[in-house]
Amino acid sequence: MSDVTSTIAVPTRRARASVAGNSRGSARFAPLIPATYILFLMLPIYWLVNMSFKTNEEIQSRFTLWPENFTFRNYEVIFTDPSWYNGYINSIIYVALNTGISVAVALPAAYAFSRYRFLGDKHLFFWLLTNRMAPPAVFALPFFQLYSAFGLIDTHIAVALAHCLFNVPLAVWILEGFMSGVPKEIDETAYIDGYSFPRFFVKIFMPLIASGIGVACFFCFMFSWVELLIARTLTTTAAKPISAIMTRTVSASGMDWGVLAAAGVLTIIPGALVIWFVRNYIAKGFALGRV
Amino acid sequence: MLELKNVSKRVGAETHIENVSLRLEKGSLNVLLGPTLSGKTSLMRLMAGLDAPTAGDILIDGESVVGVPVRRRNVAMVYQQFINYPSLTVYENIASPLRIAGVPAAEIERKVREAAELLRLTPYLARTPLNLSGGQQQRTALARAVVKGASLVLLDEPLANLDYKLREELRAELPKIFAATGAIFVYATTEPSEALLLGGHTAALSKGRVTQFGPTIEVFSRPVDLLTAMTFSDPPLNSLSVRKAGGNLVLGEGVHVPVPGAATGLADGDYTIGFRPHHLYLDRPGPAAVELRVPVAVTEISGSESFVHVDFAAERWVALAHGVRNLEVDERVPVYLDPDRFFVFDTAGRLVAAPPAM
Repeated sequence: MSDVTSTIAVPTRRARASVAGNSRGSARFAPLIPATYILFLMLPIYWLVNMSFKTNEEIQSRFTLWPENFTFRNYEVIFTDPSWYNGYINSIIYVALNTGISVAVALPAAYAFSRYRFLGDKHLFFWLLTNRMAPPAVFALPFFQLYSAFGLIDTHIAVALAHCLFNVPLAVWILEGFMSGVPKEIDETAYIDGYSFPRFFVKIFMPLIASGIGVACFFCFMFSWVELLIARTLTTTAAKPISAIMTRTVSASGMDWGVLAAAGVLTIIPGALVIWFVRNYIAKGFALGRV
Repeated sequence: MLELKNVSKRVGAETHIENVSLRLEKGSLNVLLGPTLSGKTSLMRLMAGLDAPTAGDILIDGESVVGVPVRRRNVAMVYQQFINYPSLTVYENIASPLRIAGVPAAEIERKVREAAELLRLTPYLARTPLNLSGGQQQRTALARAVVKGASLVLLDEPLANLDYKLREELRAELPKIFAATGAIFVYATTEPSEALLLGGHTAALSKGRVTQFGPTIEVFSRPVDLLTAMTFSDPPLNSLSVRKAGGNLVLGEGVHVPVPGAATGLADGDYTIGFRPHHLYLDRPGPAAVELRVPVAVTEISGSESFVHVDFAAERWVALAHGVRNLEVDERVPVYLDPDRFFVFDTAGRLVAAPPAM
């Protein structure tokens, strides 16, 4: 009996060697799996970049892996035609407005949820998240009516405010997680030292949750940047976002594929830039600060 | 002078502080002694103004301060956890209460240097607290309390998370540091020995009540009731229900001991006796001692001392003896009681006879 147990517990040298050999064999192919995955992910993006440097003629006539007649014309169109570049400016304005408003509003709310117990706090906290569960289409019609009534249609602030519907709850959730990681005694020590609440909040507390604020900003930016339906419903010309402009590139001369591809590339860039800045905190952000 | 008048604090259905009245004089050293959850921290938070009492009044120099926000009070507090501002340097951490108070820069510089010197933090002023050891972090928190020059200094088990050597050092220094400022100094601890080392006055706490408040030595040698005696003894006081019949105390199982001198005037009836672990002897202390044979339950050896746990009747007693005593579990050993070292409590737990001071 003891022999059997010892064999199971301590594999022989040969058995161990063969196990190691097997894993070495499959290890040779292991990098292929992520490589294939990344290839599939990158392919559409590569194709977008590829198309953005081609002429419309080349896109429509031949299948080429890289641009044969390399051209910057598509980008030129976007940077010179106001109806294109205004789309970017509009998007950036309302996204920045929204990110600012969302985080500014979420900071005190998250502090309250993190530090105080009040009637129905847990229900309210959960209810916030349910706002993210309804598809934006549900809100499109009431928003259109309400914003029309207040004459806000086709303004940047209209879109920025509308996006708060799903960005404020998200920011509250993220920030609450980060704030709860800061001991309450730090707040109390500050009050004992004589700090007023605003001064404590800005001077002591915000630096402690700086990474949380960064992550919250990133998520607000991302959701507001990619949201199409509400942004398009609430704007007509003056505040039209780039994603809406991209949906109506059919002109009398047919589809302008190259320009559309270039617009797509330029839309990806801001998101990629923002990701670069918060890359170290993103995992913690997805866990809503509870790491 | 800080005065608490019939202060109670309830949170929901739980009572954290129950009808506490205390008078803490200016320049005095006061120890709040009690086990965990006895209400030390709750009481400190009430004194600081971080919480408001549900009933009763808190007065500073005769004026009620209930409802005065904590930042308008002249209080300093140090927690058991090392609480500093992680984003500020040690220098800025210490300077923080002075900056808020609008003290001129030159004076801040002088005071911070002085406090840093006192708590041996001078080499670390440029670092941030999280790059310091636990002891240095706690000294930073203490330095911040020192520079503020508060009239009420609250230290909530400030040394509990420090290593032994540092604790000894700081415990000796702290009262001196704060005594110079003339502040009311309140120190919470779970350890009776710490209270005795600090001296001053002690308030013994149990389940949110102050069971006794007085000079530390007096509380130790004449605890008013069984609870206080239990609180102010480490390891806990040994106790036993006994019956007084004539000149004897009946300890159960037919064991009779002569009534201690201080208790001879008491009426016959039921009492509880208590005696400290170092008064349960493993070696015969004198001819008057009573011998009992009891089984050993556990032996803990700390090196210079041994804690021998023994069972008598339904009670578990602890004997504190010098040297290493290696006793087998269930071994029946002789232990000795000296009736003159008995505290005698009545059935309600009030002290009726105490051993003579020694």
